[in-house]
Amino acid sequence: MKARVYVTLKKSVFDPQGKTIHDALRSMGYSSVSDVRQGKFFEVSLEGVTAEAGQKVVEEVAHKVLANPVIESYRVEVEA
Amino acid sequence: MKVGVVVFPGSNCDHDAYHVVKHVCGGEARFVWHKDASLAGLDAVILPGGFSYGDYLRTGGIARFSPVMKSVVEFADKGGPVIGICNGFQILQEAGLLPGAMLRNRTTKFLSQPVHVRIERNDSVLTDGVQVGQVLTMPIAHGDGNFYLPDAELDRLEGEGQVVFRYTTRDGRLEDAANPNGSARAIAGVCNAARNVVGLMPHPERASEAELGSLDGRQLFAALARVLQAA
Repeated sequence: MKARVYVTLKKSVFDPQGKTIHDALRSMGYSSVSDVRQGKFFEVSLEGVTAEAGQKVVEEVAHKVLANPVIESYRVEVEA
Repeated sequence: MKVGVVVFPGSNCDHDAYHVVKHVCGGEARFVWHKDASLAGLDAVILPGGFSYGDYLRTGGIARFSPVMKSVVEFADKGGPVIGICNGFQILQEAGLLPGAMLRNRTTKFLSQPVHVRIERNDSVLTDGVQVGQVLTMPIAHGDGNFYLPDAELDRLEGEGQVVFRYTTRDGRLEDAANPNGSARAIAGVCNAARNVVGLMPHPERASEAELGSLDGRQLFAALARVLQAA
């Protein structure tokens, strides 16, 4: 099975990279772009587990390793 | 003092820390490989600067799971002094031994330059007996040193007296231009509640000999030696 994990900075956290990208887009003329937030995307493959157990593993890994809960939130999607 | 300097894959200030402890301060130093879980016989542990695991995932985010870190947490819990410099500070945050997290510098640029930091507390193992308000000049070299905590937690941190170093002007004034990376409340270094774990972004080990332009960092190693001698 495969899972996707999206890690993003919490809304309250300033994102210097996102702001730089946003500034660049504005200067390129994309005036309708009102904000950019940069995040991370992980594709996790699992073998030998049930969908339920796999989801649990990925949730745990996302919480413990892939995201830092002080500054980031995460979302897990499991591919059936 | 017998100081262990932990070496992670990608550490690059390990030899500097070792050199200052041994050859500048006259203490005993020994390298501890990150897969070696034994800290037996050590009085203090330094997590040095560098780019452990290439800064993959997050700075310090993978190193915190190295076998040695379990021992470092136990060592700290028993009151043993643990010092994190730059990447070492980031690893201690990821390990939950120190509060906060580092965001990318507000300029998004890697910064390698001398900075001025003001001593805010002299009751930590790294600043014991150092004059509060004194300004030290030391270099920084990091891309992610923008200290972050939510406001309420910053208030709590300040209330507990855990802010040990702040970026200021040379004469000790808080100014936005003197805050190189955009750190919340100009925080350059903090300690835990018990004051035996200290982390800072500037490099005292690169400012401990006249040849390197500043002797200010030596005061911090001297403070650590005093604490260990008194223990």
